Amino acid sequence: MNALDQLFVSLKQWLVGLFPTSLQLGVSVFVSAAAIVGVYAGLFAITTWLERKGLARLQNRMGPNRVGPFGLLQPMADGIKALIKEDIIPQRADRLVHTLAPIVAVVPAILALAVIPVGQNMVAVDLAAGMVFFFAMGGVKEIGVFMAGWGSRNTYSLLGSMRGIAQMISYEMPLVLSALVVVMAVGSLSLVDIVNAQAGYHAGILARWNVFTPWGLGGFLLFMVAATAESNRTPFDLPEGESEIIAGHMLEYSGFKYALFFLGEYMGLFAVSGLAITLFLGGWHAPFSFLAWIPSWMWFFGKLVCFIALFIWLRGTLPRLRADQLMEFAYKFMVPMVLVNLVAVALWHFTAGWTFLGGGLLRWVLCAALLFLPFLGLARLVSKRPHRIQRVYRFAE
Amino acid sequence: MGFVFPLIATLTVLGAVGAMSFRKSIHAALSLVVALLGIAVTYLGLGAEFIALVQVLVYVGAVAILVVFVMQLTRSEGGQGEGMAVRPAALGVGTAGLVCGGLISCVVLLPDFRTPWPEKADVGLARLGEALTGDYVVALEGIGLLLTVAIIGAVLIALKRPNKEETPE
Repeated sequence: MNALDQLFVSLKQWLVGLFPTSLQLGVSVFVSAAAIVGVYAGLFAITTWLERKGLARLQNRMGPNRVGPFGLLQPMADGIKALIKEDIIPQRADRLVHTLAPIVAVVPAILALAVIPVGQNMVAVDLAAGMVFFFAMGGVKEIGVFMAGWGSRNTYSLLGSMRGIAQMISYEMPLVLSALVVVMAVGSLSLVDIVNAQAGYHAGILARWNVFTPWGLGGFLLFMVAATAESNRTPFDLPEGESEIIAGHMLEYSGFKYALFFLGEYMGLFAVSGLAITLFLGGWHAPFSFLAWIPSWMWFFGKLVCFIALFIWLRGTLPRLRADQLMEFAYKFMVPMVLVNLVAVALWHFTAGWTFLGGGLLRWVLCAALLFLPFLGLARLVSKRPHRIQRVYRFAE
Repeated sequence: MGFVFPLIATLTVLGAVGAMSFRKSIHAALSLVVALLGIAVTYLGLGAEFIALVQVLVYVGAVAILVVFVMQLTRSEGGQGEGMAVRPAALGVGTAGLVCGGLISCVVLLPDFRTPWPEKADVGLARLGEALTGDYVVALEGIGLLLTVAIIGAVLIALKRPNKEETPE
């Protein structure tokens, strides 16, 4: 069981051991990087198939079913198509910026994956400030969106990148602050430390995941909303909005550059889902002690696939928000809730010594109430319809 | 790894020069991003991992984004600047020279700077946190207050005047 759990770690050690000592560091880095790129790119291929198939079933269609069994080879066909398509650059576009944009969009998304622990002893780099690294890469990605929108010299592209950047900036704050809750509780910015802090089981059965605390549950839900917005997924897909601005900043891209944007977007989705798993759902830990025999990496990727399924489900279910609704939700609901959550985790921290009978329960209820009451008030405030002036149609009537 | 610093330093300087000399303001802004990233890598080389990452997070993720966002909002055609007039250029070079000279003379002359420092500075996360919430807590709170005032000011400016909202959208 332990051999299976550490299979890939020992594989890498064996592989690195084949080389002379002077080369071992370089080979080790290369193997980790290659593993990340390979595994997540494979997952990307499967995800595109899953998404098309899942969305199709949600909309009562069949989805891809021509290439291979169940259309499973569709990603391959898509890849070949993207590679052999003509690469078109608009005549008046800023050639250099236009060409660099897809690269700037993809690279940080892949880099962000490097700090996420995918199993026991399985993390490419364990930075002491891993979480800061993750969010820094998210910031660099925005430059890519801007470059794509600007470099294409197309009004729709520009509109799309404006929307994209505005949305990313607005939701970055709730995203970071909701993740900060875990840092306050654990006392470390290293993602490996955060996973290790969630080891062990309540009453020998239920895992000690952060999501089972009131601040963890609140933080998890807020984080997921902000993560959906950060990765431009429905219902926050205004920057792409096919029916309004035709894929926004990606409009003028064809062939493999377009595929790169797609890759970057899905990599970002994997990265942010992986971070949610790491912060709130115990990383590679099993949910129940009697399931701990399943290898740790299987737990991580299993959870990741569940997240992807959730995102596909959301995309098939929810309509798109309007731009003003988006901003209102970010600043009038998300930010105050996240701040309240910070107070809740502080309360949780200071009541850690309540070991008297029922103290644990009282602590739970107190923190939950501290979160729930502001939630009620804010939800009422946001859902109240503002007074609108009746729209007058001058010519349509 | 001796080749890393010269490489990064060259890139950073080229980025900074580009930021000042590109004709299109958007190219200048993107060139500035290169310079800022180069500085972050230099911090990394000095062992200040956290500061390097915060540099990327704040300067690239926020300041540079703010710059290009403002450009997008204000100009639609990529602003063909006329290059720099002589007086501002002279002023800029003068200021840069003053700052640079001041720093160098500090390093050379002041006794504090002459004490030999360790190979790798201890700028770990815990140490930084202790310094910020211990010795420099007043400064930290002061900056926090300043930023809050700035946010409130921005909201006040952006606030709609209700009496002017008569015409339908």
